[in-house]
Amino acid sequence: MSFIPNGINARTEMLKTIGLDDIDQLFSSIPSDLRSGSLDIPEGRSEFEVEKHIRTLGARNYSNLTYFIGGGFYDHFIPSAVDSLSSRGEFFTAYTPYQPEASQGTLQAIYEYQSCICRLTGMEVANASVYDGGTALYEAAMMAIRITKRNKIVMDGGVNPIYRKMINSYTHNLNIGFSEVPVCHGQSDRDEIEKHIDEDTAAVILQNPNFFGAVDDHSDIVNKAHEHGALVISSVYPISLGMLKTPAEMGVDIVTGEGQSLGIPLSFGGPYLGFMATREKFIRMMPGRICGETVDTKGRRAYVLTFQTREQHIRREKANSNICSNQSLCALRALIYMSLVGNAGLKNIATQCRDKAEFTKEKLSNIDGVHVMSSSPTFNEFTIQLPVNANQVIGRLIEKGIAAGFPLGRYYPEMENYLLVAVTEKRSKHEIIMFADAIEDALWN
Amino acid sequence: MDAEKLLYSKDHEWVSIDGETAVIGITDYAQEELGDIVFVELPESGSEIKAGEAPVTLESVKAVSSVYCPFSGIITEINSKLEDEPEIINSSPLDQGWIFKIKITSGNKDNLLNSADYEAYIKELD
Amino acid sequence: MELIFEKSQNDNPGIKLPASDVPSAEELDFEYLRNDIAGLPQISEPEVVRHFTNLSRLNFSVDTNFYPLGSCTMKYNPRFTEKLAGLDSFSSIHPLQPQLIKGGMLTQGAMQLIYNLENLLSEITGMHAFTTQPMAGAHGELTGVMLIAAYHKSRGDKREFIIIPDSGHGTNPASAAIAGYKVKTIKSDKNGVMDMQAYKEALDERTAGVMLTCPNTLGIFNPHIKEITDSAHKAGALMYYDGANMNAIMGKAKPGELGFDIVHLNLHKTFSTPHGGGGPGAGPVGVKEFLSEYLPTSRIIMREDGSYALDYYKPLSIGYISPFYGNFGILLRAYAYILYMGRDGLIEASENAVLNANYLKAKLKERFHIPHPEGTLHEFVISAKNFSEKGVKALDFAKAIIDTGFHPPTVYFPLNIKEAIMVEPTETESRQTLDSFVDELLRLADLADSEPSRFHDFPEKAPVCRPDEVRAVKHPNLSYKA
Repeated sequence: MSFIPNGINARTEMLKTIGLDDIDQLFSSIPSDLRSGSLDIPEGRSEFEVEKHIRTLGARNYSNLTYFIGGGFYDHFIPSAVDSLSSRGEFFTAYTPYQPEASQGTLQAIYEYQSCICRLTGMEVANASVYDGGTALYEAAMMAIRITKRNKIVMDGGVNPIYRKMINSYTHNLNIGFSEVPVCHGQSDRDEIEKHIDEDTAAVILQNPNFFGAVDDHSDIVNKAHEHGALVISSVYPISLGMLKTPAEMGVDIVTGEGQSLGIPLSFGGPYLGFMATREKFIRMMPGRICGETVDTKGRRAYVLTFQTREQHIRREKANSNICSNQSLCALRALIYMSLVGNAGLKNIATQCRDKAEFTKEKLSNIDGVHVMSSSPTFNEFTIQLPVNANQVIGRLIEKGIAAGFPLGRYYPEMENYLLVAVTEKRSKHEIIMFADAIEDALWN
Repeated sequence: MDAEKLLYSKDHEWVSIDGETAVIGITDYAQEELGDIVFVELPESGSEIKAGEAPVTLESVKAVSSVYCPFSGIITEINSKLEDEPEIINSSPLDQGWIFKIKITSGNKDNLLNSADYEAYIKELD
Repeated sequence: MELIFEKSQNDNPGIKLPASDVPSAEELDFEYLRNDIAGLPQISEPEVVRHFTNLSRLNFSVDTNFYPLGSCTMKYNPRFTEKLAGLDSFSSIHPLQPQLIKGGMLTQGAMQLIYNLENLLSEITGMHAFTTQPMAGAHGELTGVMLIAAYHKSRGDKREFIIIPDSGHGTNPASAAIAGYKVKTIKSDKNGVMDMQAYKEALDERTAGVMLTCPNTLGIFNPHIKEITDSAHKAGALMYYDGANMNAIMGKAKPGELGFDIVHLNLHKTFSTPHGGGGPGAGPVGVKEFLSEYLPTSRIIMREDGSYALDYYKPLSIGYISPFYGNFGILLRAYAYILYMGRDGLIEASENAVLNANYLKAKLKERFHIPHPEGTLHEFVISAKNFSEKGVKALDFAKAIIDTGFHPPTVYFPLNIKEAIMVEPTETESRQTLDSFVDELLRLADLADSEPSRFHDFPEKAPVCRPDEVRAVKHPNLSYKA
């Protein structure tokens, strides 16, 4: 077996050192009636054979769809250096940097990642990441509950329904009151949200741009929430922050988001990257690893995992969270991506995303029966209303190699005829025109 | 404080009783075990606690420790200097590092050890 | 090393994009726009490459160093699984694709892969159904405790406690607590396993479940395991298996046959997917048949025609645990690894993991105090107590090991051993490596006896000496400010 260096001779000698003759004797502490009789899995195969099998499976996926689908997960370009650098063995075969002297590479990268997240969102501190955007939002809700010692959450209906479902699962057995406030004309319903905020409200959870694509300035909701001593959590799309008002500028207290768009492949749902940022005064209430800069005994700059007493390995059942990892390698990818694109690149990508989305809107609005929802400005994703069930159109376009968008009826039963369309910098004018033509064709031919 | 005149708990708190009021801190042994204390979470003055509760949490870099109160009563004063300078507990656990004062309403001191018994107790732990 | 922000140049244009081929849109209203520029580093690609290459060289890693971290199973990560995870036919697939009308037929390969992996994991653990949704071991634990809660709730049975031994991973009590349970911690007995009497006293009709690692964090296979699982079931509680130590027993024992109802596996430990500097991992959860209806949605099912589909209709399900199907890229690597190793390969992996650990223990036991030396499997725990009396603590030992070019073992865990040093070599290390590690440890033991004061300066050869962790907390510097 090529991953096990010791051959038969070495094993025999090692057993002799231990004082045994047979390797199976090492397992004598397992009571004999509990020893397993069988392991019914196939015999091992060569690398060549496994690769062939996996490639065969891969061939049963169709990976050449032109994506106009987003829903929080986007088809952005990934520069080659992201793959090349993050696949250095010194990064990907290292473990959690518990021994800082042996892990300065990972630690400095986390510190730089945290710094980038702070700069992107405008917030003061960020953690080293959590699993994904959904768990980040859940952790933020729990954090707000700890900070305010209150137990009610007001949830904007424009928050990604996938995340809302995740949060519902996690909090199902906890004593937390949720009020969901449906959007009004695709935007946060200010009056209704305000009505739901009271002295028991721990946080209002918002998303910008929201699931329907609407860009908003939530400053007024933030002020209302703060008047009642409630916090505001906002889930954001990092690419949009190359252009849009930051959550910090709106006064948001805890910012979360899905970092997939920052150089991480779609990869059928993961691994992704949940980022979290907040105010410095809430640092002790934040979950997850945090890296800090300090000095070593010789006065040199050094990085460590810090505020560890918040975490499960020390505080056990009283910990802020049970999380025992971060998406370190994905955070590294995001850092490398942000370093490669820089301010100018991010602004450029954001601008192209929006320009192309606006162009797509224009093309689609020229189609008979298609209504582009225009009650609020949008970034790179928007909602259209069709004269038929959106699934009909999606089915027709898939046959042409186009993923037309996300059928909103899947999570909003009253919106069966609505389609959520996303456009990234990767879509060309030609593809957009083909897309519009295909929709017209699906509707009228 | 005179270490010999104090009473001690098995959780390594020291107690100095003067009439209805007790002053509570942690022992030299406890601060040594915990290491550099970097954060103290104090209760509010005036809050009511029951015997056996832990109104105070101390944190070092790699450990968290609760400070239990052997009596029920009302917290009359906290050592708020510790909020900015928690390291005082390390440098002066029995004097400047006192943590809170409580007006005792109930509870007894029978479970507490005298100085000699506490010394013997910590020797056993090592 | 300089921070990337300190290498930044304002006039650097960033990445080259294709020129936009659409007209510029009308700008958004001022109120929606950010005021400042984002503050990301502005740096050219060659400098980015040099920066991160140099950063990587400050790390210890399995590729460069022996990494015997107890409880972490730092084994070799095969290269071919990396290559396969990067195949476009998997990595470029949008996770919503199978949820679109007719999209399911365009992701048959990915769904089949998950389906096959679930079956393989079921067979390895003796369970009946698996979900691949949990994105890490701790996430699997949370899923498991939520399954326990859903099960009792569906029976109208209100239970309050989860029982966990004091040697358990910190994630166990944390997971139980955030799922809404109180925790009862059970002391270990003199043999290093959960105290049976204390356990039986704690177990009652209010116990929802018992979370155990077996072998436990001392590497010991609990001889009373059947009695533990039987009495839990008698009390109406469920048994949860923390699979962190599965690398010890593949093909030798199955959690399902030991009486466990729920198990999570750490694919980044047992099944060789990379640790990535702290993640991403994957923590799939397996259950016995009677719990399968509670597993998270979606489920991947095989239809009669042999095609695969997503099933969202599971009324008893605990719901969504992850946004989609779990950390697919990690699942793919583990699947490829299992196929490569095969039946005999997995058994051989466990046998050699245990052999390597016992060989190290045999070579070290004369010189080092091993509080529970009997019957340990893939890992064992040294206590540095006798050295700490001379002022050389477990931490000092760990720091000295860094200078030898080996990664230190886990220290101060499990919590029930004073000055614990927890060693897990894994099967992918050669005898020569183990021998040099032993030589260095013995040399350090002598040094601890003769010159204990030297230990406070270790490490001396690493990129930094010991960092001031007190300062890191008291004067937090968590993000770069120019």
